[in-house]
Amino acid sequence: MTAEALDSAKILEPSPVTQLRRRIFGHAGFLFGAIVIAAMLAMALLAPLLAPYDPYDQDLARRVINPIWHDDGKWAHPLGTDQLGRDYLSRVIYGVRISLLIGFATMIISGVLGTALGVVAGYFGGRVDMVITFLITTRLSMPVVLVALAVVALVGGSLTVVISVLGLLLWDRFAVVMRSATMQVRALDYVAAAQAIGCSAARIVTTEIMPNILNALIVVATLEMAHAILLEAALSFLGLGVQPPLPSWGLMVAEGKEYMFFSPWLITIPGVALFLLVLAINLLGDGIRDITAPENRN
Amino acid sequence: MTAPVLETRDVSCTFQIGAGLFKAKRPLHAVNGVSLKLMKGDVLGLVGESGCGKSTLAKMLLGLQAPTGGDIRFDGAPIMGLDRRAIARRVQPIFQDPYSSLNPRKTVGSIISLPLRVHRVGEPDEWRDRVEAMMDLVGLARRFTDSYPNQLSGGQRQRVAIARALIMKPDVVICDEPTSALDVSVQSQILNLLQDLRQELGLTYLLISHNLAVVEHMATRVAVMYLGRIVEENDTDSLFQTPRHPYTQALLASVLTPEPGLGVPDAQLGIAFPNPIDPPAGCTFHPRCAQALAQCSRVAPMPIADGNGFTECHLYNPAKDVAA
Repeated sequence: MTAEALDSAKILEPSPVTQLRRRIFGHAGFLFGAIVIAAMLAMALLAPLLAPYDPYDQDLARRVINPIWHDDGKWAHPLGTDQLGRDYLSRVIYGVRISLLIGFATMIISGVLGTALGVVAGYFGGRVDMVITFLITTRLSMPVVLVALAVVALVGGSLTVVISVLGLLLWDRFAVVMRSATMQVRALDYVAAAQAIGCSAARIVTTEIMPNILNALIVVATLEMAHAILLEAALSFLGLGVQPPLPSWGLMVAEGKEYMFFSPWLITIPGVALFLLVLAINLLGDGIRDITAPENRN
Repeated sequence: MTAPVLETRDVSCTFQIGAGLFKAKRPLHAVNGVSLKLMKGDVLGLVGESGCGKSTLAKMLLGLQAPTGGDIRFDGAPIMGLDRRAIARRVQPIFQDPYSSLNPRKTVGSIISLPLRVHRVGEPDEWRDRVEAMMDLVGLARRFTDSYPNQLSGGQRQRVAIARALIMKPDVVICDEPTSALDVSVQSQILNLLQDLRQELGLTYLLISHNLAVVEHMATRVAVMYLGRIVEENDTDSLFQTPRHPYTQALLASVLTPEPGLGVPDAQLGIAFPNPIDPPAGCTFHPRCAQALAQCSRVAPMPIADGNGFTECHLYNPAKDVAA
């Protein structure tokens, strides 16, 4: 054996960047999710450039044109037109804006609320925990769809109302998961060490606890984002979410349901879009957890 | 005689344990009237079985748990008047498990410099120098500054924990089982490092351990704790040569001998550890004591001075029949 073969540099583990790259490209779910989300984001941002028509432009002479895979499909309208003669491809492209906007905004509102409550409950424990656990139980005992329906029926449906209602209703899972994750981390010695050093509670929470519960937060955040998107679609389908003529996927399914037997693609196209987006978000969340989990870091 | 660096006077810690929704809470005396003195440069070994209150005592000394009775003094000043950060400058812990005592998301450099940042000691550009000086002192290569704890071995992690505890130059270091989570081969390295640092920096240690060999090797004085009380305290030599309290004798007898033919020694501590919520009357050790007297189940013994230390046992009471 030569000295070169024993060169320690050659048996050193790969650099962290290389390791991260390997884990990302070795995770099919993450890759699929990331590509679909990236495409959807690009669609949302570049909608005016990508959409061949104005999604609100009606043309009653060209109602319910079949999409391109039918014999009489026309390249002028690749996904056909809806019952008011609006170009379906343009509406699907603009619809991703609504879904992503509702998903992100709801996730952020409920994430901030739920994480704050959960971390405070888990860190301080005792009476504080009892009060917050009571709040969580109260929230869990309210049926989301019914409360959302009631509020929207009272106030009237609009994008802002849907986002606020969902944001104020979906924080429970954040609170539950963050509370138990915080309790676990709080019992570890490095938190006691930080206390013995004289760190303030705010510093311990932000620098010692938060980085170690971030994985759980990411997973819950993606789940809740997908949840919010589906709920918006459900509310819009029931006519109590986003109001026409906004191109929401849920609303498109609702509007197409009368033509279901003769033009089923009016329902399947927005349905498949919704399914793809939700699947991609969930796969991305799982992937991020797998890739960043500390037990994989060695 | 100088004042002790750290002194506890009759310190107690009582937890209220809830027995159920509609039952009254019951007191659990985790630490029950402990008086200890740590002189500068001393290593006080604290031994006792699990659940006897060692860790609660350590938490109180670190200011993480408020005593429910008695007081703790640093250089004669009561701890009650000091805030969290002032206590932190005087006393620092080294924990048992270096796998859970270091934040896995922070680099070694950032873990060791945390006390400097929290207490705003010196200028931010000095911090790296001070961290590297500290790493040299504890025998940690400087190239680990930007490593994460999971890239280090158990011994190296414990060195990081020691560097973090010492960077503020505390007076007292509380070592809670500093070696019991480490490989045997690494234990002696860490113990020798602690000894060297004590001489170099003039530190005072409270060494909590159930490994009597470690205590004998490190400590200058030893206190034996049983069910929240110190039952015997003495110089290490006196205590190991002539243990007085029956519990100390049993502990020493329970150490495994290198002679294989002797088998596992019988410590004569037949029955299990008593329930601390419902401690035995009189001397709390009497149900397990081979030498129990009639009065032991009725009268709690008082500390009896003995050379440099004391023993709490009726066997050594000069007026044995006073209470009987």
